[in-house]
Amino acid sequence: MTAGGGAPTPYIPNTDADRALMLARLGIDSIETLFDDLPAALRDPAIALPPALAEAELMRLLARRGAQNAAGERPSFLGAGAYRRSIPAITAHLVSRSEFATSYTPYQPEISQGTLQAAFEYQSVVCELTGMEVSNTGMYDVASATAEACLLAARVTGRRALALLEPLHPGTADVVRTYAFGAGLRVDTLSAPQAMTAEHACLVAQQPDFLGAIRDLESVAGAAHDAGALCIAVADPFALGLLRAPGDAGADLVTGEGRDLAGPPGFGGPSLGIFAARERFLRQLPGRIVGRTRELAREGHEPRTGYVLTLQAREQFIRRERATSNFSTGQALLALAFTISVQALGPQGLRRAAELCYQRAHDAAARIGALPGFAIVERGPWFQEFLVRGPLPPAELARRLAAREITAGLDVSARPEPEARDALLFCVTEATAPEHVDALVAAMGTIGARS
Amino acid sequence: MSHDGDVGARLAFDRGAPGRRAVDVARWEGTPAALPPPGLLRDAVRLPELSQGELVRYYTELSGRNFGVDSGTYPLGSCTMKYNPKVDDLVASLPAFAEAHPLAPAATMQGTLRTLAELAAMLGELTGLPAVGLAPAAGAQGELAGMLMVRRALERRGDLAGRRRVLVPDSAHGTNPATAAMAGFEVTEVPSGPDGSIDQQALARTLDGDVAALMVTVPNTLGLWERGIEAVAARVHEAGALLYGDGANLNAILGRVRFGDLGFDVVHLNLHKTFSTPHGGGGPGAGPVCATPALAPFLPAPVVTEDADGSLRLVRPEHSIGQLQQFHGSIGVLLRAHAYIRSLGIEGLRAVSANAVLNANYLRALLEGSYALPYQRRALHEVVFSGSPQRREHGVRTYDIAKRLIDYGFHPPTVYFPLIVEEALMIEPTETESRESIEAFAAALRAIAEEAERDPDLLHAAPRHAPIGRLDEAGAARRPVLRWQPPAQPAEPRDER
Ligand SMILES: Cc1ncc(COP(=O)(O)O)c(C=O)c1O
Repeated sequence: MTAGGGAPTPYIPNTDADRALMLARLGIDSIETLFDDLPAALRDPAIALPPALAEAELMRLLARRGAQNAAGERPSFLGAGAYRRSIPAITAHLVSRSEFATSYTPYQPEISQGTLQAAFEYQSVVCELTGMEVSNTGMYDVASATAEACLLAARVTGRRALALLEPLHPGTADVVRTYAFGAGLRVDTLSAPQAMTAEHACLVAQQPDFLGAIRDLESVAGAAHDAGALCIAVADPFALGLLRAPGDAGADLVTGEGRDLAGPPGFGGPSLGIFAARERFLRQLPGRIVGRTRELAREGHEPRTGYVLTLQAREQFIRRERATSNFSTGQALLALAFTISVQALGPQGLRRAAELCYQRAHDAAARIGALPGFAIVERGPWFQEFLVRGPLPPAELARRLAAREITAGLDVSARPEPEARDALLFCVTEATAPEHVDALVAAMGTIGARS
Repeated sequence: MSHDGDVGARLAFDRGAPGRRAVDVARWEGTPAALPPPGLLRDAVRLPELSQGELVRYYTELSGRNFGVDSGTYPLGSCTMKYNPKVDDLVASLPAFAEAHPLAPAATMQGTLRTLAELAAMLGELTGLPAVGLAPAAGAQGELAGMLMVRRALERRGDLAGRRRVLVPDSAHGTNPATAAMAGFEVTEVPSGPDGSIDQQALARTLDGDVAALMVTVPNTLGLWERGIEAVAARVHEAGALLYGDGANLNAILGRVRFGDLGFDVVHLNLHKTFSTPHGGGGPGAGPVCATPALAPFLPAPVVTEDADGSLRLVRPEHSIGQLQQFHGSIGVLLRAHAYIRSLGIEGLRAVSANAVLNANYLRALLEGSYALPYQRRALHEVVFSGSPQRREHGVRTYDIAKRLIDYGFHPPTVYFPLIVEEALMIEPTETESRESIEAFAAALRAIAEEAERDPDLLHAAPRHAPIGRLDEAGAARRPVLRWQPPAQPAEPRDER
């Protein structure tokens, strides 16, 4: 197709000369012959795609598209499930190594020890943070991991209803409903754990909750257990640098979102669903699990330590319709990034970063709360998100801030909780630029003075 | 690369020393707010303490114990391990895309939304199924989306209660039956005929009014065209059921025939396969669903929509099955796939299928005679051989052949799948392998066939030239060790005073 018989694209090596040689070996004279089985009447339809672009042109197009996004540049106080973190520089560097990035599921452990050992590090980090005994190698995102946790709870309890404790991230609740539709499970939304009944397989509780408050997970888990149900904690792994491990507070399963520690928010994905559990649920876990083992034999030497995919009798490629999940390709590269970030921070660094986040958020809230016309809704201890009521309706306040090129916190005024009434949910983390907070406080001060 | 040390015995947790750190974190300089009450706070967390250089060396050493597409030929059947263009990674990492918060107002995200809308339109055009949902995170989640759409569509027309069964060919990938079960259906397996396509008579016998859908992989996992699929589509529709397509093997037929034209109602694609986004050691991927306009109201949320003034935003389709992720999907993967399609155009994509199929058939020709070929038909994107003669005659299993390939410097093909081929060796070279590397790979497999006759123990002992030898997988499952534990402390000497 290319003039001069060259290769058709930079990614395809075959030239006309190669093709001629190969076709001769096959005893045919056209590649088209290889497609003879395809229905002739439907072959080679007209397909309208934009014209091909050389690399430099492609970059120009996407740079132009990028320029139509204003979001990355401006001060933003959105959290609500995606939190900007200070990611160590080594993370992006290491995960871009193509031995990691261009490999696949480690079916051949002898040449996949990098992926496998890193996954074992990941499982270990997740167990340490969550206070759980076992972890899989990661799932799509927090919401789908939570949905899978609910399915597990329904399997082991034999119960057909799920309980979601508000305030829960609406995206998480939505995904649980999607999976529950397939499984034929009922989903109930509770405003207090005491509303649990003997019909519920589990109680799903977010830590910190969707409106930012830190829960007393122990009492939540107690209520779930009193009803004979499992407690599923949906925890922010970064906040666990400071907060009590959910396992320690009695949770049976812990899910969480690992994307924020893996890299930039990326408009929300790809993500990383943390899934950790008590040991007694090990054989019910969805997803891949890596185990430590040894070489079978090694002439004249001690067998060395290695890692393999294990407990695979749970999985779709063996168990098919009786598998614990259909899960196959996951989020291995994000799990690697998450692991490196957490290990780079280390025990002191993680604690210090979580405290820095806490202090910056509380400082910002105090400054906003001191402005005339503004108030922070009192909800007890909180981590990085707070509810702001201003002198204007939330949507109007957000619009005024947007006019000053500041993205306000999320408008949660339509939510059922009384504390969310008339409120915007602001988020400040350790990675929020102090100048951005200054700009926000100044803008709010001006808006407050005028209204 | 040193193979002698026991690298696996020493995790990051076992390295470094207390007090070392890999990164600095600023201290809070202002007046500190009171921390939450101690009952809500954790004890110390056990994590490694390494200097930055130590941590980088450790993970660099691990990367050296891995094999990727950039390392060499990786003909893992059904996985389409093609070369991943680096410019696609660069595009996805542009800060204007990568730094965006998922809830950023649509007005500030028009560049990303335009790109996603264009990707959806291009996938609709390539599949002939114009209703496209980009939300699914991987192939299996795309399958779930598609089967939940089937469920919702049947429910809306009051036809769900009577349609409990989903038919799945015995050659299907394990995710298909597992997905059907997650979507609330019972699975009936349909046998393949002697030519590797669905056994039409068996299908006719089981296809009746209680069937919700038939899930078919095209081309199928044997690398063969599913003969008579148009007629199957008609029969499925006559029975009031829907036809689901597993499009993970789209690479074979890109630009040549479209699922929509064949009569499929909904398919999922694996962007990490056909559209060359890096596989990441097992993800992230993306598994969009493409459907007929009739199924558009059921698509997973969100989808991109264009308003009259030309501005774009994310919306929830009217009768959506719901969301599949907390936010909008694997955006970074979608951006890469978009860049891939934009760089190749339709002529480039047709060259992809042409050369993928040529390469698979060339490899088939080079290996015929050395290994058994259970289906004598022309291959499409991959070819499935059987090592059963080697097993029968020389006591060498496909497992051993795969391990020996490692010694020759290749990643082994997929083995023991599809399940209907004994001792299966499923080989997918893809279009990005050169003629020379295919010849070298075939030469290695032929040499191994000869070794199997001459010296089977050579294969039983393989690999010899890998970072590690065969591992005790049975032991790993019997006595699971699944996380780091601190080394047992020597007992404290008792104070006798
Ligand atoms: C034919 C086929 N269908 C479905 C899948 C599932 O896709 P994923 O692994 O992205 O979930 C795969 C690959 O694993 C496949 O090869």
